[in-house]
Amino acid sequence: MMRIKEHPILDFSKERKIIRFTFNGQEVYGYEGDTIASALSALGVKEFSVSIKHKRPRGFYCAIGNCSSCHMIVDGVPNVKTCITLLKEGMKVETQTNKGELYDLK
Amino acid sequence: MILNRDLVIIGAGPSGLCAAKMAAEAGQKVLLIDRNPQLGGQLIKQTHMFFGSEKQYAKTRGFDIAKKLIDDVKKYPDLVEIWDNSTVVGLYSDKVLTVLTGETYRKVQAKAIIVATGASEKVLAFENNDLPGIYGAGAVQTLMNVYGVKPGEKIVMVGSGNIGLIVSYQLMQAGVKVLAVIEAAKVIGGYKVHASKLRRLGVDIITSCTIKKAIGKDKVEKIVTVRLNEKWEEIPGTEKEYEVDAVCIAVGLSPLTNLLAMIGCELKYVGELGGLVPVLSKDYETTIEGVYACGDASGIEEASSAMVEGYITGLAAAKKLGKVHPQYDELMVDLRKQLDILRSGPFGEKIRKGLAKLEGVKEVC
Repeated sequence: MMRIKEHPILDFSKERKIIRFTFNGQEVYGYEGDTIASALSALGVKEFSVSIKHKRPRGFYCAIGNCSSCHMIVDGVPNVKTCITLLKEGMKVETQTNKGELYDLK
Repeated sequence: MILNRDLVIIGAGPSGLCAAKMAAEAGQKVLLIDRNPQLGGQLIKQTHMFFGSEKQYAKTRGFDIAKKLIDDVKKYPDLVEIWDNSTVVGLYSDKVLTVLTGETYRKVQAKAIIVATGASEKVLAFENNDLPGIYGAGAVQTLMNVYGVKPGEKIVMVGSGNIGLIVSYQLMQAGVKVLAVIEAAKVIGGYKVHASKLRRLGVDIITSCTIKKAIGKDKVEKIVTVRLNEKWEEIPGTEKEYEVDAVCIAVGLSPLTNLLAMIGCELKYVGELGGLVPVLSKDYETTIEGVYACGDASGIEEASSAMVEGYITGLAAAKKLGKVHPQYDELMVDLRKQLDILRSGPFGEKIRKGLAKLEGVKEVC
């Protein structure tokens, strides 16, 4: 686990609500307040998508919604910026392997 | 349907929040838009205490400054409307903004706009620089200090400016091993006080050294560094391998001027200010009337100057819309003086040089 437990300035010891979601079909969990990216990072997941042409692995780079390196498919919607999207109960998160395909609005 | 708003501020970091506060204080209605779930911009991840003077909250930790600035704007619930989780995706010359909030797409007609979009981290060219586990230093700071997650166990920091030095220290506070800080220049870029803190903890800061390549299949597993000579050329035989599970790139920031470019403001390349920056009047108005830019979006500086610029811009934009702050003149004089002080001294030299280059442009136009 990559969660920080002790810190000289910040307090991460507070109990937080567990948020369950699936990553490529596997049931996993993060905590309330996590973004999708932080929850995945805590699980040790680094590869979020693959590059469009050469299919090279991609992780996030900026974590502030700018670089587009963290795009994933979330609940069927492609190109979701997972670094600024808060984790929600029951989310379906998938590695994105293409530019993204058209989807129906829910 | 198009929504009508008077003053729209894009970005609720230090500059945008300060602009909103001043405009509201002058009696001006404001719509403040930010794409993140939390307001405060990059202040929310700053666990260190700030320098500068009392007026810019020196000796206060960044995340506490963010709380203060957010409280400041929340004092005006009738005047300041906040849209968080909202990305401005378009900015048009008739001052129409298009905004995406989840699946909701809205159009807003503004009378005046302040662009306070901040900056993005620069990337560095080297072999396999796209491997997962290679992060911007600011990204790592967000991951650790906002979400409480470590980026890895063993890390090398590339760049010894203040961000590189401060984030290295914060990595150690989070329990991550910092194997080395490498710096391509001959001297350490950041303040000596930050560098000394690291050295006391036994971290090597290696100057005239850069990253040659990263190695790994699906994520970074190793990196190779190499020493540089006087001409910044690699010295053969000086390669060194480090086993890492993350790398931090701290080689500077570029102003986020995409929206300013889209609306057609004049931009100029000024290396000292981080890249393309808008040409501004002394009231931070761009070459398009009623469109303003402040903070890092108008040139890379510290959060302290971003706040002061925000106050000035908020005052100026409100005045343009007919709301003159009761202490307008005194405040303007004092704020400009604060900026001068922040930019004085040897560390402000680069910024002064950059601003002087922009000054030349303004005289022409």
